[in-house]
Amino acid sequence: MAILIDMPKLSDTMEEGVIAKWNVKEGDQVNSGDIIAEVETDKATMDVEVFDSGTILKIFAKEGEAVPLGGKMAIIGEEGEDISSMLDGDSGSEKKESSEKKKEESKSEQKEDKKESKDFDPLFGDIEKDEASSQEKEKEESSSDDSRLKASPLARKMAEKEGIKLSDVNGSGPNGRIIKRDIEQFDKSASKPAAASKSADSSKVVAGAHEDTPISQMRKAIARRLSESKFTNPHFYETIDIDMKQAIAARAQLNELPDVKISFNDFVVKAAAVALSQHPKVNSSWMGDFIRQYNEVHVAVAVAVPDGLVTPVVRNADKLGLSAIGEQVKTFAQKAKDKKLQPDEMEGSTFTISNLGMFGIEEFTAIINPPNACIMAVGAIRDVPVVENGTVVPGKRMKVTLSSDHRIVDGASAAEFLQTFRKLLENPMNMLL
Amino acid sequence: MAVLQFREAIREALTEEMQRDEKIILMGEEVAEYDGAYKVTQGMYKEFGGKRIIDTPISELGFAGIGVGAAMNGLRPIIEFMTFNFAVVGIDQIINNAAKLRHMSGGQISIPIVFRGPNASGGQLAATHSVAYETIYAHIPGLKVMYPSEPGDAKGMLKTAIRDNDPVIFLESEQMYGMKGEVPDGENLIPFGKGKIKREGSDVTIVAHGKMYHVAKQAAEQLAKDGVEAEIIDPRTIKPLDIEMIVESVKKTNRCVVVDETHPFCGFSAEVGFLIQREAFDYLDAPVQRVTIPDVPAPFAKNLLELWLPSPKQVIEAVKTVTYRN
Repeated sequence: MAILIDMPKLSDTMEEGVIAKWNVKEGDQVNSGDIIAEVETDKATMDVEVFDSGTILKIFAKEGEAVPLGGKMAIIGEEGEDISSMLDGDSGSEKKESSEKKKEESKSEQKEDKKESKDFDPLFGDIEKDEASSQEKEKEESSSDDSRLKASPLARKMAEKEGIKLSDVNGSGPNGRIIKRDIEQFDKSASKPAAASKSADSSKVVAGAHEDTPISQMRKAIARRLSESKFTNPHFYETIDIDMKQAIAARAQLNELPDVKISFNDFVVKAAAVALSQHPKVNSSWMGDFIRQYNEVHVAVAVAVPDGLVTPVVRNADKLGLSAIGEQVKTFAQKAKDKKLQPDEMEGSTFTISNLGMFGIEEFTAIINPPNACIMAVGAIRDVPVVENGTVVPGKRMKVTLSSDHRIVDGASAAEFLQTFRKLLENPMNMLL
Repeated sequence: MAVLQFREAIREALTEEMQRDEKIILMGEEVAEYDGAYKVTQGMYKEFGGKRIIDTPISELGFAGIGVGAAMNGLRPIIEFMTFNFAVVGIDQIINNAAKLRHMSGGQISIPIVFRGPNASGGQLAATHSVAYETIYAHIPGLKVMYPSEPGDAKGMLKTAIRDNDPVIFLESEQMYGMKGEVPDGENLIPFGKGKIKREGSDVTIVAHGKMYHVAKQAAEQLAKDGVEAEIIDPRTIKPLDIEMIVESVKKTNRCVVVDETHPFCGFSAEVGFLIQREAFDYLDAPVQRVTIPDVPAPFAKNLLELWLPSPKQVIEAVKTVTYRN
């Protein structure tokens, strides 16, 4: 029996996957456990494995095409098997075409039926209408964001035709039902400030040479998650200046040991993790109607990759030694470059650190990585004149800026956390406690 | 075009058909020597004689059954009930024999019979003599049901009913017999299942047949003064129903009121409402409304009877509801 391979859920947040590569073509023999394709999700490029042996009878999506979660990717079966019944339906790109075809077919069917049984089938009542009602359903789903509004069927149809969002219309019928008259009298221009400003924007665009880049899955994920974070989480920022003299000395000392290579970033991760374990308020998530405080500290580290960034997670970082942290971050960075990070390596963070020190950035603010409560933006270590015991001496300073979600964390608790963090870096021995 | 009374139009149809086909006979209470309880058959006994215009005893079950038997044996009987309220006594012959024999004989026997007479209320006649029966007969497979609202329709429709080879229930009205209207000259057969747009309008579709057409017409005239143009569709045949015409009109007006003198539950209006929502769902701007008698037997008292019957006022209210004017 032929088996349909549909788009698996390769990451918790993916809504669709782009076929990065097919390892097979139609007609190929496959065995259980074979990797038939690589799929680019919002997080990583993942392998798609088959669990059955057989022949690839059909491939639905080309390389580079996006397939929605659960959408059809391929059919595996015995050679020569009839799979025509599995071909129509809702695979990504074919969806529209086939449903349109269906509509046409049912229309002509209905016409024929009409001649024979004007009102109803004398034996089976209304069966001929099933097709039509399922179409209705499809349509309803497509406009599902308007489904709780009360509107007459006609008003719904008219709004759909004219591209009017029902939620923009005030209903004048009973219980606020939107009726024909409301759509007819609806002032399109009044309700579309967003669209108007959009077109104004585009008119400003220089008409000269330009290049349009299609948006990758990763960019889509970044765009969606960070917009959501920035627009819904009330961010506030606190910056603290840290004396790095001791940390520099400690690092130099440790790196003298054979096979040890510890970075300042490892110090930052460790210090933040230890501070988090002492300030659990910062180590929590906003859950809508309650706040979840985590008992474990999992620190995500932002890693830049060619088309964006990924945030692999160092688990239980407060309990790891500096070299263990360093090892993990290094492995993650390599995997990120190779697009081989697995989704579970990027999930479950309770805090995030973004370090642009290596670019010489003095300080910056970061957008909170949901569902974290805070993110720490780390700047470069600078040579600055500092006053010590009344005299100006050369000093080493580093600024970090904490972005906090004010729904969870208040200014004082964020400040207390930063204070602990500074003390740990200024006296690295304390991290050993 | 002649202007005739409703009863005269029916008489013309009966007479012309009986002249055309001598297999047609007419049977019922007081149809012959008394010239008809409502004078529909006036002069026909004289013209066709006692062999074809036959007075019966007060025994509806008996003469309905004789009619079915005569039809089985090659005649084409027309059975007149003094009112359809009395036909209830003979309804077993109509529903079980007339309607089903063709089906049960595998098509070997057809029953070319017309049951006709006044239907529904006729003034203060109390509960048992005021029932509109089109819904009950239309419910039964094997019966066609016609209920004209005007003399011109009545003549053309009755001729079609008489010429059909299967049983037809042909409903008239005591209160409409004296009503005058234009009747086209010559042969004008009106087919089954063909409604008529009796008034054109763009704001609401009113479906009304039989006596209720006149209620709808009065309502429409009043509504026009308020700027609402109602389209009135008289389906004329209850079954088979011209739902295409109704749906076309609803697609234009987006609203519909059904006026119906039968009881509401499982009534004619319920069927029309269902068909409209199925066929014209996306065109509806308001739920279909109906004006019917209530789910209560007819009262005798004059003031109560007036409240019980569908009135132009109720139709106007319903139209205002579907056009969101109240």
